[in-house]
Amino acid sequence: MSEKLVFDAPEIMIDRPTHYCPGCHHGVAHRLVGEVLTEMGLVDDTLCVGSIGCSVFIYNYLDVDAVEAPHGRAPAVATGLKRAHKDKFVFTYQGDGDLASIGLAEIVHAANRGEKISVVFVNNTVYGMTGGQMAPTTLEGQKTTTSPNGRSADEHGLAIRMSEIIGGLGGTAYCERVSLDSVKNIRRAKKALRKAFEMQVNGTGFGFVEMLSACPTNWKMDQIAANTRITEEMIPYFPLGVFKDVTKDGEE
Amino acid sequence: MSDTKRIFIKGNEAISRGALAAGCTCYFGYPITPQNDIPEFLSTEMATVDGEFVQAESEVAAANMLLGAAAGGARAMTTSSSPGVSLMQEAISYMAGSELPGVIVNVNRGGPGLGDIGSSQGDYFQSTRGGGHGDYRTLVLAPGTCQEGYDMMIEAFDLAFKYRNPVLVLADAIVGQMKEPVTPWEPKAADNHGAEDWRIDGAKGREKRLLKSLFLEDGALAGQNRNLQSKYEAMQAEARADVFECDDADLVVVAFGSIGRIVKSTVRRLRSEGKKVGLVRPLTLYPFPSEVLRDLAKKGKRFLTIEQNCGQMVDDVRLSVRGIADSEFHGHMPGDLPGSDDFLAPIIKHLED
Amino acid sequence: MARVEFREERCKGCMLCSTVCPKKIICQSSRFNQQGYKVAEVKAEDMENCTGCTSCALICPDLVIKVYREEKKEK
Repeated sequence: MSEKLVFDAPEIMIDRPTHYCPGCHHGVAHRLVGEVLTEMGLVDDTLCVGSIGCSVFIYNYLDVDAVEAPHGRAPAVATGLKRAHKDKFVFTYQGDGDLASIGLAEIVHAANRGEKISVVFVNNTVYGMTGGQMAPTTLEGQKTTTSPNGRSADEHGLAIRMSEIIGGLGGTAYCERVSLDSVKNIRRAKKALRKAFEMQVNGTGFGFVEMLSACPTNWKMDQIAANTRITEEMIPYFPLGVFKDVTKDGEE
Repeated sequence: MSDTKRIFIKGNEAISRGALAAGCTCYFGYPITPQNDIPEFLSTEMATVDGEFVQAESEVAAANMLLGAAAGGARAMTTSSSPGVSLMQEAISYMAGSELPGVIVNVNRGGPGLGDIGSSQGDYFQSTRGGGHGDYRTLVLAPGTCQEGYDMMIEAFDLAFKYRNPVLVLADAIVGQMKEPVTPWEPKAADNHGAEDWRIDGAKGREKRLLKSLFLEDGALAGQNRNLQSKYEAMQAEARADVFECDDADLVVVAFGSIGRIVKSTVRRLRSEGKKVGLVRPLTLYPFPSEVLRDLAKKGKRFLTIEQNCGQMVDDVRLSVRGIADSEFHGHMPGDLPGSDDFLAPIIKHLED
Repeated sequence: MARVEFREERCKGCMLCSTVCPKKIICQSSRFNQQGYKVAEVKAEDMENCTGCTSCALICPDLVIKVYREEKKEK
């Protein structure tokens, strides 16, 4: 019997165990990005703009040129970098504190300007790296180290839905929210990345993919329970779907 | 030949034209008085060099766009004025830590806070002590005329790439807004000092490159800091000053930028009256022309520092001449437009003391 | 016939793989790897039930699993 290898890590993935916690979806998100870059033949032309959060070390796991951006500023750094190298593929990879809190102006304006960059937004409703503080995407009632009694609408406002905001901006070419909690959703997430990346490659415009993810450590849940929380609590509040697709002219 | 044709332009425009002559291909900025002429001029002119112009959403964003373009090895710049430059400090610190070249122009206005829209030299400390967090420095050039505004932009880009470091051009509202004849000139082809070897432009056929300022491994940050410090040591060779009538001076006035230029007029006037006074006008604020001052101190000169702030450069003058001499200080308050008469009395007073 | 290979040194014992295996052949072993995690495994006797669906590899955050399927014969 001869066999063939049907699934393996693409070469772009550096063979180094990650520092991410067990059950953290950064590993999945990194791999999907690596797979799509590989399948689209973009690896040699990729410039990664890392951000501040657990994923600051993305440059240790993807074998591409990278620059480290200050907290929240990756879309601005990517803007400058893409303007300097229009023929290269520039993407940012950001968490919810980085993108939706301190970086809110930068992401909205980069999207609104229609910068030809791609943004991978990993939303786990909490500040991971700094130990589990409340984030703009923390859900109502969710306990964090800075909302010890649970997020309250009165005191903190409600969680921000970023894809809805980005999808509503003129310069956005593609915006989709996906999830990494199931095999079916992971397959869809990969397709979403591909669509967003194609927007850049084809010169169409700004692409944005929000990926719902878990943070078992800061949610104080085991990995499987944390994964289930995405399905049962996050998806109902952060609905999956395409919020803008300029190539579909009114469909979807 | 058109190179020698003089044009009558604002300092802000001279700075813009100098940047274009220097080969700047990316401009990122945000409106703030008194430098708006720069983004306005470049919003049309960048296209003439096939360059990029972005009015960013804030100075924070503009400085980070600069970081990005610099990471790509492009000759990029941003401009602002005092409060906006405060916003840029994080990005500048990151650029210094990641060793990225870039030019930041500060058209100094009155502070602190919202201040006013007139000239001031109150950002001297911010400019020369890094400005943001951590042990880093930027080279700082201080134009006092519109021509210097043009010339120093060309120098600034070159120094930025020579040292892989941010360079700050500290102008002020007077230089920015006044109009003077300027002779534009084209420098020889831009030398990016081997930027192709470190910039990120796609890892085809080579190892990936990483431009970062995070160094967590044991000893790594110490190593990077030592590396940066030796670079700043090497930068000392770039110190320059305009030394005027100091040979037989009893009193040497030290002043920079617009104030330096106004003081020069005052010194000329006093010289015509037989007074033995001279001027050292630093052209680089970092590295500071300490050697020039120290040599003059050894010859027995006395010093008077005049600046439009409450006492900032005077610290560097005192450090330069420590152990040998001291410096008196005369500060012109930010918020009061200075004229050459303002400095006559203080200089005479210190000359005769 | 299909099979999976676990690169055990990468495994963090999160066991997400076990939740998606349609044949339920993935379980937690009693072995610890260098990182200190109890690694996931498919027992030798269960491997014959593997369909090569790659679900486990898809959900694994740590690039642990390689999946092999039988080479289809050319027509």
